Amino acid sequence: MIRFLLLVLFVMAPTFARAGEEVVLGLSKDKVAITTSFNGSEILIFGAVKRESPIPETPLHVVITVAGPDHPVVVRRKEKWLGLIWVNHDAVEIDAAPSFYAVATSAPMKDVLSDAENLRQRISIGHAIRSPDAPPDVKDSASFTKAVIRIRQKAGLYQLLEGQVALDQQTLFRTAIKMPSDLTEGDYTTRIYLTRDAKIISTYETSIDVRKVGLERWLFTLSRQQPMLYGLMSLAIAIAAGWGASAAFRLARRD
Amino acid sequence: MAISAGLHENMQIYLPIAEVSVNAFLLLGLGGLVGVLSGMFGVGGGFLMTPLLFFIGIPPAVAVATEANQIVASSFSGVLAHFRRQTVDLRMGLVLLIGGLVGAALGVVVFNYLKSLGQVDLLVRLCYVLFLGVVGGLMFIESLNAIRKTRKGGPAKRRQRTWVHSLPFKMRFRTSGLYISVIPPLIVGVLVGILAAIMGVGGGFIMVPAMIYILGMPTKVVVGTSLFQIIFVTAFTTMLHATTNFTVDIVLAVLLLVGGVIGAQIGTKIGLKMKAEQLRILLALMVLAVCGKLALDLLLQPAELFSLGAPGGH
Repeated sequence: MIRFLLLVLFVMAPTFARAGEEVVLGLSKDKVAITTSFNGSEILIFGAVKRESPIPETPLHVVITVAGPDHPVVVRRKEKWLGLIWVNHDAVEIDAAPSFYAVATSAPMKDVLSDAENLRQRISIGHAIRSPDAPPDVKDSASFTKAVIRIRQKAGLYQLLEGQVALDQQTLFRTAIKMPSDLTEGDYTTRIYLTRDAKIISTYETSIDVRKVGLERWLFTLSRQQPMLYGLMSLAIAIAAGWGASAAFRLARRD
Repeated sequence: MAISAGLHENMQIYLPIAEVSVNAFLLLGLGGLVGVLSGMFGVGGGFLMTPLLFFIGIPPAVAVATEANQIVASSFSGVLAHFRRQTVDLRMGLVLLIGGLVGAALGVVVFNYLKSLGQVDLLVRLCYVLFLGVVGGLMFIESLNAIRKTRKGGPAKRRQRTWVHSLPFKMRFRTSGLYISVIPPLIVGVLVGILAAIMGVGGGFIMVPAMIYILGMPTKVVVGTSLFQIIFVTAFTTMLHATTNFTVDIVLAVLLLVGGVIGAQIGTKIGLKMKAEQLRILLALMVLAVCGKLALDLLLQPAELFSLGAPGGH
């Protein structure tokens, strides 16, 4: 593993000509193929810090984020209506929230990153969600953003992995990010931040391509581009299956 | 150990439209269960399956649309069995169908109007609770009385002359043994069509009691005829969803319908062996149970007050 990393480092070294500390990154896979048997995926993110000067005194930290495509979300809150039944009452639309978001750090967040840097780079889950345009009658719009985080954390779509980045000799780092099965297609932006004294000293960005393939891709494309044909195909399958079962049961009864 | 782990992984299947991974055997089982009920009672089973699909994490829009496609399959499987036993009143089925398609088109208009007002969710739920409660309750009381009467040995009163028999445009429905006006079946068809479109189900659970109690059709004919009509209404709904919302998940539908068509065959057999009153009381109990569950959902405080949705959807 280490030998491989060193090789990567050697090969990629010329592309990082700037001084200071730079990230050389490897991914266990840069494509996630959603097949029929897809049941989530685990991505290993690893890399090395390349430097031309001796290691400074203050400890190095690594923050890794993986963000799925942004989508607008409507958050609804139930309230008791006429003191009897629970109905959706207030609704807040959030312009953009990532469909997947994982933050992994090499130490507790407060030691790794200052609040100002965190806010500027929008690293924490809370900052990654664009603040909502709440209608004037909704006073506590923050609780709606919190609800998005809570619900998606429960579904494994948002993850805060404090201290889950392993860092060896301030040079080699790695972490594993588990992706659940209900992923949205798209480019998953992966960022690596190197920090010292809670300040970001270097950033590296790449992306993981999450795509449906094979039958999944074919059916999905057909349903969008030829919806009439897709609908008729669904009906034909339904009728054929209904007839098939009926015929099979008749045969079985004759025996 | 390794084999069981491999099997476990193979049971999971990713649904291309719903975009979730689910257990294939679970879907086959759910399909089978609802199929049995469909064959027994002549209901599509949508009112039961749709909430079950919500529960296992299928997005509501996909669940409703795909369910329509699955009902086509199980109803077709069931209706073939009834055709062979000549328990389908084709003429009555066609009259109901004409009404049903008109009603479904009207229902879509009503649905979109309510959607523009917001709170369509609540209305759908209240519709469910109200109709399931009334239909289930009335059927339960009636079939209980019928059973009591046959126990006493008194003659079971069949059809009486009601307002249904005094309307014009009479038509002979030979299979049902009826000579009645076409107006009541048309109205029943339209009303069921409207409700079916709003509630996103085939409407069998309203259709079946309406045929028995309003039109006075014999229970055995009702089931086949209802299935016949449901095929066309749900096929229409499937096409509507597939072309406008792109929410029919064919992989989900296949898994559900493989279980469903087999279940429907078994259900039809069970149904033919049971007495009409027993069949009706069971259907009534099932309808009441679903009604109770939905009512509780509205009355009890949910664990999570917030819910997420896509803008523009429902």
